[in-house]
Amino acid sequence: MTQSLLEIDKLSVTFQLPTGPVTAVKDVSFTIAEGETLALVGESGSGKSVTSTAAMRLLPELAETTGAIRFNGENLLEVTPKRMRRVRGNDISMIFQEPMTSLNPLHRIGRQIGEVLEKHKQLKGRENRERVLALLEQVGIPEPERRIDSYPYELSGGQRQRVMIAMALACEPKLLIADEPTTALDVTVQAQILDLLKSLQAQYGMAILFITHDLSIVRHFADSVCVMRYGEVVETGRTLEVFDDPKHDYTRMLLDAIPRGRKEPAPADAPVLLSGRDVKVRFSLKKRLFGKDDYFEAVRGIDLSVRRGETLGIVGESGSGKSTLGRALLRLLQSTGDIRFEQSDLQALDKSGMRPLRSRLQVVFQDPFGSLSPRMTVGEVISEGLKVHHPEMNRRQRDAEVVKALEEVALDPAMRNRYPHEFSGGQRQRIAIARALILKPELLLLDEPTSALDRSVQVRVIDLLRDLQKKHGLTYLFISHDLSVVRALSDHVLVMKEGQVIEQGPSEALFTQPREPYTQALLKAAFLEEETVAA
Amino acid sequence: MTSDSKPYSGEQANAAPLPAGGPNPPRSPEPETSAQAAPAGESLARDAWRRLSQNRAAMASLGLLVAIILVCIVGPWLLPWGLAEVDWNAFGTGPTLENAHYLGTDANGRDLLTRVLYGGRISLSVALVASFVSLLIGVLYGAISGYLGGRVDNLMMRFVDIMYSLPFMFLVILLMVVFGRNIFLIYAAIGAVEWLDMARIVRGQTLALKRREYIEAAHALGVRDSKIVTRHLIPNAIGPVIIYVTLTVPKVILLESFLSFLGLGVQEPLTSWGVLISEGVDMMESSPWMLLVPSAFLAMTLFCLNFLGDGLRDALDPKTR
Repeated sequence: MTQSLLEIDKLSVTFQLPTGPVTAVKDVSFTIAEGETLALVGESGSGKSVTSTAAMRLLPELAETTGAIRFNGENLLEVTPKRMRRVRGNDISMIFQEPMTSLNPLHRIGRQIGEVLEKHKQLKGRENRERVLALLEQVGIPEPERRIDSYPYELSGGQRQRVMIAMALACEPKLLIADEPTTALDVTVQAQILDLLKSLQAQYGMAILFITHDLSIVRHFADSVCVMRYGEVVETGRTLEVFDDPKHDYTRMLLDAIPRGRKEPAPADAPVLLSGRDVKVRFSLKKRLFGKDDYFEAVRGIDLSVRRGETLGIVGESGSGKSTLGRALLRLLQSTGDIRFEQSDLQALDKSGMRPLRSRLQVVFQDPFGSLSPRMTVGEVISEGLKVHHPEMNRRQRDAEVVKALEEVALDPAMRNRYPHEFSGGQRQRIAIARALILKPELLLLDEPTSALDRSVQVRVIDLLRDLQKKHGLTYLFISHDLSVVRALSDHVLVMKEGQVIEQGPSEALFTQPREPYTQALLKAAFLEEETVAA
Repeated sequence: MTSDSKPYSGEQANAAPLPAGGPNPPRSPEPETSAQAAPAGESLARDAWRRLSQNRAAMASLGLLVAIILVCIVGPWLLPWGLAEVDWNAFGTGPTLENAHYLGTDANGRDLLTRVLYGGRISLSVALVASFVSLLIGVLYGAISGYLGGRVDNLMMRFVDIMYSLPFMFLVILLMVVFGRNIFLIYAAIGAVEWLDMARIVRGQTLALKRREYIEAAHALGVRDSKIVTRHLIPNAIGPVIIYVTLTVPKVILLESFLSFLGLGVQEPLTSWGVLISEGVDMMESSPWMLLVPSAFLAMTLFCLNFLGDGLRDALDPKTR
């Protein structure tokens, strides 16, 4: 065992807000040895990002920090700002969650990486450029000579995260703080980035403080783990020990929070509820006065059908067109091709013809923070559909329906006079489900309904969806990039890439024996194997 | 019931993930507060009023504004002087208690307080009417244009551009020629110009809002377009609108004084704050009260409107409660 590189000792962070002090981190202690990887795990609001930000002394002014952060024996909370600037980037560096916004869009990437070298190593001109090229090569950017002069918008998300890593590594830091570096990336890209970090770590012998909410990454990646909740450390230890024998209930709950079980299949003779043939969606990119317009084909001719009571999982990485397909099927987007709901041809209906069907085709969106109008109370949000489809109802009747719908999604009906912002993400998602359910729909389009939620909340929302399906005989179109969730809920799965179906089939067969290499890669990257064992 | 162990308060609050080093401190986990006893049903208006009444600056401003308006309405009846009544014993005298010219007289011997109050009626009514017109037309026009988008949006906004490019003075003179001189023409002319900015602002807001998921959810519910605009878009664009209205009011008051100054607005002996101020500027050195008194009224009104606007914006935003 080597000596400890970073030692966090009884760290507390309190924010002095106008509404009163809020303690975000309480008495947190842990140490990282040289070359070690420590994972800081917790759900949102657990204080893990605040802890790491405190280590870089990047917290806003209104934060009060007590305790000690010792880096190589030096208490970083006491050093001068000037000294701290030397530490940042040189000894400790950081990569952030959002690769899309953490690079300055107006500077070429070569310059952004070079800036670090200029500040800390006084490398200028040709030397600087050569070092940057070497770094880009090391982080696996193809054609570094060309890419060095690219602007961030020319790179994909994964490539940008590689650039961020190159920037962080520029001065060969002893400690790298990675704050959810892969959360915003697709699973296959995530696996590549993790591999890259691992090999770079071996090469440079640096320690990594890895912040994440994803336990399957932790198991693969970290030597030790530190579990946080409400700003406190609940459990810490070697990764394998913690995972095999969790001491604290919360850790156990987190580890348990894997969507389990499989869907009971719908009766084989159930009638087809919704079907699409050769569905295409294209967006016009540029309108020309003469000649052809430029188009982008998001969905390129997809056939599908769902039986009553069935769940069709639609899986794909970002940009695969899965959400677009879902919206097109519900006529929320213009499309071509044939879409049938029971006997009616949806494409032939105009807006008012569609309206009576709207109550039978409902949707729940991904972002629980964006899908509820912030200026309407929860009761108003939920009852809006009733006003459209049951204009004969009076206020009292509507209210009674709202109460019923809220009870159905396990929320306290007394909260219906509150505004959405007063609710947590999971609660909001329940409200969105209640809004859809109150119309007694037959088909529910679930567009990533759980991906913005913490794992433990996710599991409960999935349970809720499953119960509701059983109770009301609902049919789901379930769109997700999260394979374990899809597996737990779907009868049939459709794998999409670039607007086309790569593979489809019954869920169990597809997950156990994927035929296409793309599906295999997806499954591998999602670390599904262990979860199968654990389940 | 689902398999939740604690159905009502099970989930912890999902404070938005903290941007590292960002300016926003984390919100405390607040599952308990959101699950505690729900308040009785409150309408948005009543709720907003409750929050507004907690804002001291806004309430003081509201009180003062109401006082100014009341004084302007009632005051002229109580004062012994008429609008155009000349006191032959007092030409350009300063504020005094002796001869009932409490704030002095102008160079023609007319009581300044009386004239300021009469002027206030004109200025405030122009401000009220023109702002209201600009609010009504601008918000609806902008929201519809932004919401419908495409060709309709293009057409509607080009019309706005054409209106912009018409010289304002030309418009006013044209109206004068056609309809003759009339105080209502000022209302109409100013209103016809002021809504353009508002329409642009609201259109911009709408473009940003209409891709939100709650708008899409409303589509999925089958809500009519007209309802989506009035129930979802406009309420959510209200913040910038209110701020802009508080900026419009002073602009309108100044615009009216500019018109009057050119002889296109109110005519002697009728007056407005703008006219009084421009007269006061001429007499600044010999009789400063002629500038200070109407300016004080105007400044006070504008201050109050700004504070009130801020308060209203916060009170109407459910997130700030």
